[in-house]
Amino acid sequence: MMNTTRRLLLRSAASAGLIATAIAAGMLKPGRVLADWDSVAFSATKAADALAAIGASSAASSRDIVVKAPDIAENGAVVPVEVVTTLPDVESIAILGEKNPFPLVALYTLSDFDGFLSTRIKMGQTANVRAVVKAGGKLYTATKEVKVSVGGCG
Amino acid sequence: MAIAMRIRAGNGDIRVLMTHPSENGLRKDAKSGQLIPAHFVRNMSVSVNGKTVLDGQLGGGMSKDPYHAFKVKGMKTGDKVVVTAEDNTGDSGSIETRAS
Repeated sequence: MMNTTRRLLLRSAASAGLIATAIAAGMLKPGRVLADWDSVAFSATKAADALAAIGASSAASSRDIVVKAPDIAENGAVVPVEVVTTLPDVESIAILGEKNPFPLVALYTLSDFDGFLSTRIKMGQTANVRAVVKAGGKLYTATKEVKVSVGGCG
Repeated sequence: MAIAMRIRAGNGDIRVLMTHPSENGLRKDAKSGQLIPAHFVRNMSVSVNGKTVLDGQLGGGMSKDPYHAFKVKGMKTGDKVVVTAEDNTGDSGSIETRAS
């Protein structure tokens, strides 16, 4: 009995020491540094469900957003997408590949945004790329169709 | 494994390139026929002089080696720009630079 307790104590002391060393070495960080991840929205398999999950079902079409992407993407694994907007007070931007297995690709919360964001996404098949921009508390959206020759989603 | 990144900042523009497989968990290994487990960057954060200007949640639909470029109002030469990223396995990375 005594012996078991001693073993346990030794073991926990050793592991506590290891954890402390790991924190000191920067391998483990106490607490989360970055924001949470919206698993519901990112796991949605339909664009409409993903939009609903991020509260963007009611976004109105806007000519103040331009989604720039190639008309034809030879390789769906790398599709450059730019979102350019003249809307003031942009708070967030979401990018969706509407027919992707998981349509929501990215959701950005922004401050001091100056109207231009560019990234590269995967697309499984010919579909609309949709951008949803929240600006001044309101939701706006625009799309661009991209024809995909070779899908990039597996 | 730390997430490797490259960064450039200047003229109101921040560009970040990460080195990451960005596996969405749906692709099969050509040899074994087994699904390759999901392994993608889920969070990225960019700050200028300590103020967060971009807080991104990302999915497996990001391309391999995720790239971002965006414009920020009011960024000046010498401003400190810090990028941090974390993937779904808990790996993380950070990089900083001064705006040119």
